[in-house]
Amino acid sequence: MKALTKHREIWLGLAILLLLVIVTARFPRFAQPQNLLTIFNDTSILMMLALGQMVVILTRSIDLSMAANLALTGMIVAMTNAAFPGAPIPLLMAMCVVIGAGLGAFNGVLVWKLSIPPIVVTLGTLTIYRGLVFVISNGAWVNAAQMSPDFINLQRMVFLGLPLLSWFAIVVALLFWLMMTRTPLGRSFYAIGVNPTASVYTGIDVGRTKFMAFTIAGAMAGLCGYLWVSRYVIASTEVASGYELTIIAACVIGGVSIAGGIGTVTGVLLGALFLGVINNALPVINISPFWQMAISGSAILLAVVLNARGEQRKGRIILKKAEAV
Amino acid sequence: MTDTTATPRRLPNRLDSPFKATVLSWESLLVLVAIAIFILNSLASPYFLNEWSLSDMTFNFTEKALIALAMALLIISGEIDLSVAAIIALASTLMGWALQFGADTPALVAIGIGTGILCGAFNGFLVTGLKLPSIVVTIGTMSLFRGISFIILGDQSFKGYPASFSWFGQGYVYWVISFELVLFLVCAAVYFVLLQRTNFGRRVYAIGNNDVAAEFSGVRVARTKFILFCLTGLMSGMAAVLLTARLGSTRPSIAEGWELEAITMVVLGGVSILGGAGSIVGVVLAALIMGLVTFGLGLLNVPGIVMSIFIGALLIMVIALPILFRMWRQRSSVRSA
Repeated sequence: MKALTKHREIWLGLAILLLLVIVTARFPRFAQPQNLLTIFNDTSILMMLALGQMVVILTRSIDLSMAANLALTGMIVAMTNAAFPGAPIPLLMAMCVVIGAGLGAFNGVLVWKLSIPPIVVTLGTLTIYRGLVFVISNGAWVNAAQMSPDFINLQRMVFLGLPLLSWFAIVVALLFWLMMTRTPLGRSFYAIGVNPTASVYTGIDVGRTKFMAFTIAGAMAGLCGYLWVSRYVIASTEVASGYELTIIAACVIGGVSIAGGIGTVTGVLLGALFLGVINNALPVINISPFWQMAISGSAILLAVVLNARGEQRKGRIILKKAEAV
Repeated sequence: MTDTTATPRRLPNRLDSPFKATVLSWESLLVLVAIAIFILNSLASPYFLNEWSLSDMTFNFTEKALIALAMALLIISGEIDLSVAAIIALASTLMGWALQFGADTPALVAIGIGTGILCGAFNGFLVTGLKLPSIVVTIGTMSLFRGISFIILGDQSFKGYPASFSWFGQGYVYWVISFELVLFLVCAAVYFVLLQRTNFGRRVYAIGNNDVAAEFSGVRVARTKFILFCLTGLMSGMAAVLLTARLGSTRPSIAEGWELEAITMVVLGGVSILGGAGSIVGVVLAALIMGLVTFGLGLLNVPGIVMSIFIGALLIMVIALPILFRMWRQRSSVRSA
């Protein structure tokens, strides 16, 4: 079973390599290390968001409000920075994580205490959070001139040859990997996704675990709120509009099963990278950016078809083993 | 769908008298809410109580509500379609494209509706034929369908629809009664009969409650779901015709976010997102409520995005309040005992 999941990550890795080879065949400069690092940096935010979403999907839930959460936290932090240019950036980032986690926890409480289906809860909070961005900003933008230089430049600082933004993604990915493989919480995300009833009997509080998943996803959205706003140097109501689906797409392409219980950190990172490579390759091979949407749509469909095949096969193998025993 | 284990389904209690059941039903709660919002609107704005204002109000919901009718059946059967707004975009784009080659009004309508049915059939094939989860499939086709619109149109737009075509979105059948409203009422009646008075409708409920049991009792689950996806596509195609005719232009970003509004209508209308329960009357009332709320707030110069806060809060509250009420009643009954 483990070999098979590894297998699909290898296939996804190969697909990304193939993509790189095809583009490089026509434009040799595409595969230069510097450009590959740029692609990684461009994809960092998507990776962190997709890792947050993965935890939620593992528990048989879905968070449609992540992009709206990101926009709201981003607007709050940008306005705070504009009002108090002296406030230290690490403090602002901590504030983002807390606000984002709070917004995620609100989703989590509704799912946990009131047992409202996650898709309904986050559909509602998606519109509420997005609307609140407009309310607190009065529809105005926060632009580069209003942001302090530190606020904008922090993630661009280079450390060991990589911008800090990339380091954020690497550290977050490591933390997620540790959480998913080395902590009881991480294992319980998988457990309640595979079999919620059995999880209850093993002493896992299913509702509380879902609440934790939503809070973690919210914290990621909050952190990315700051990173997004300082990266594109604009905070507005439209920030990351429709991005919730890109996040889910990265998860699905990375092999996370929408039925819960299946998914790995490596897979999600590769899923996000796959989308990142496509987005960076299109302008290089001179395809209009308007193709991007249709291509990522096709990628999602292809990924679900392949995922479904993999999962069916896996089921049979487990049964055979059981029979052998 | 994503969560099928959270809440046990409430079975209808046959011991309640029919009268009591009607009074306590979700639909009567919606009627009360609609009346309350109607009164609030009349008090808040002097421009509200006017036959033309009320007629304009209906344009706020008729197109989305057409989709919500079919979406209700789909959700009752335990599936979902997030690609409906993208189907509108693709259908509208293809209509505009055909217009460039001199298509006349009947051809335009046929292309719009035909595109809708084909897109729905594509969703249906992926979900029932390849046995994929509908939520991911339709997230994918949502990008694919709208993506094709972007490929065809880019940052351009199609304009210049003939006047006979515009009638579908702007015309009035009689006095202030628009064609859109009449079409919606007819469709609502058809869907009411289909869901609540035919074998097909009973099968939809059966599938939503337990599709394995339905399969074993001889219901063709896959075929029924396939038909429901086609119906949702058909209604999206019709909505595309109305919306394109009303706006008189097509952009690839047309009807963005409508899938969420259509689903909100369905859930607000009392359809269980877990499948197996719901009624067309509820969905029609929910559509009316959403039309009243957005139009009333519009008269008060509230921007559209702020309205969406009200819609989102309404969605969560109407679901949360009955649950909170039940919890509170249980707690107090425990205390008194």
